[in-house]
Amino acid sequence: MSAEPAPAPTPTRAAAPAAASSGPAVRVRGLTKSYGDLAVLRGVDLDVARGSVLALLGSNGAGKTTLVKILSTLLRADSGTASVNGFDVATQARDVRASLSLTGQFAAVDGLLTGRENLELVARLRHLPRPGAIADELLARFSLTEAGGRRAATFSGGMQRRLDLAMSLVGHPAVVVLDEPTTGLDPEARLGVWAAVAELAAGGTSVLLTTQHLEEAERLADRIAILHGGRILVDGTLAELTALLPPARVEYVEKRPSLEDVFLALTASGRGVPAEPSTATSAASTTSTTTRTTEREGDL
Amino acid sequence: MMDRHFWGDTAVLTRRSLTHVLRSPDTIVTTAVMPVAIMLLFVFVLGGSIDTGAGAGAGSYVDYLLPGILLITVATGVSYTAYRLFLDLQGGLLERFRSMPVARTSVLWAHVLTSLVANVVSLVLVVGVAVAIGFRSGAAVPAWLGVVGIMLLFTLALTWLAVIPGLTATSVEGASAFSYPLVFLPFLSSAFAPTDAMPGPVRWFAEHQPVTAIVDALRALLTQQPVGTGIWTALAWCVGLLVLAVLVAARTYRRKLS
Repeated sequence: MSAEPAPAPTPTRAAAPAAASSGPAVRVRGLTKSYGDLAVLRGVDLDVARGSVLALLGSNGAGKTTLVKILSTLLRADSGTASVNGFDVATQARDVRASLSLTGQFAAVDGLLTGRENLELVARLRHLPRPGAIADELLARFSLTEAGGRRAATFSGGMQRRLDLAMSLVGHPAVVVLDEPTTGLDPEARLGVWAAVAELAAGGTSVLLTTQHLEEAERLADRIAILHGGRILVDGTLAELTALLPPARVEYVEKRPSLEDVFLALTASGRGVPAEPSTATSAASTTSTTTRTTEREGDL
Repeated sequence: MMDRHFWGDTAVLTRRSLTHVLRSPDTIVTTAVMPVAIMLLFVFVLGGSIDTGAGAGAGSYVDYLLPGILLITVATGVSYTAYRLFLDLQGGLLERFRSMPVARTSVLWAHVLTSLVANVVSLVLVVGVAVAIGFRSGAAVPAWLGVVGIMLLFTLALTWLAVIPGLTATSVEGASAFSYPLVFLPFLSSAFAPTDAMPGPVRWFAEHQPVTAIVDALRALLTQQPVGTGIWTALAWCVGLLVLAVLVAARTYRRKLS
């Protein structure tokens, strides 16, 4: 544990080059990428407005990860252009890397280092002063202070994911890319990640999030884009997207708590049985309520 | 073009990688165990019946054997470089580093420098055991410096060679399997017995492969024999292997980005 006093939370924005322009945080135009004969991206156009959360929806193999890798300079596109924070991914890769942070599909933490050392490592590699203080601050923010001295290999899946996310936020990157951040997490850990993403968005960070879970997109995103067949099929707000379907018809059905509600209620904050329902668990504590839900004609 | 953060990034990543070694010291010990076992086997079981010939000097068999054992130690040790690099690749850390503003080659250099340090420690352990069972050398400081120089160059070359399977393997076993032939190569050289008694084709191979040249140069230095032009052959092998390995490794690393 470091004896350094926690500094005033002045954002130590990394060697991050000053935002190049007032344009969108991410701009993609006519991007293509093939693996041999297999055309994965066939002309993708996409914008992520500054300070917004865009959810990129797509089934397995739709090319979400390929797009994310091109944006984080891990892959080169065959044609088209992409820029992050105003920097071109092909010609200004270094500035792109300083502006963007990637959280991949699997927690990329160093298992032999402690949680704290993992964060300090990233802070040093981002050339930031006071890596110890940065690590402490992020450990606290992600409820990992107690575990911070343990090797990351001993963390649970959810804790590793939180550490992974914390590592991505070192240096307050302007753009955060999350590739299926909740895949393989239990419901509680997933809520933790959602809260972290919401906090990021509230702090003005631009977020590009890929997901297969429609609920995740609904909850977190300002805009939703659907990647299908190598192109962006639709791109809009949730309201715009729902307006594409035939109008809703009102029906009354009995809503029973979902298994997820029950699970979360029973396991919340270490209590065995939810004696007094908190706001988070109230939905589940009423065994059946009559709720107005909407059902669409010609539902999927 | 050298990145302005190259030295700093390499230092940070080397420190990380050395922490791995410190937290799994068994990797250094296991690196030393097999060469020591081979050394004990040959000195106490087989060595008595091996005629090292007059040319090898009047020293004991362990004096004759040690250079080959040192090369086997390095061949075993570098497989951990492939292993660690493979784990970084598989665990997504390599992608994480590459998506950050980190000097690109620092990631590889950190593993290479760590390999040098870890192998030096293993080599010191092996030499310690050799001294305990009777190894002696009257070599002066310049000769010892020559031995150290050749060993460092050899370790550097084999480490860069290990980077290639570390980047291309698809399993942990595959990442370290490349070192088996390297460990075996000294058996087909002058490391354990003079090449004179070997049958034609084997002898030809033994006399034209790098281990013989390097072992002969090390042995000459340690036993105060004239090194002759042999040392240039040894250095040429080391440098040639190093250049080739660096080129292929760098190309493999770049290809990961396409």
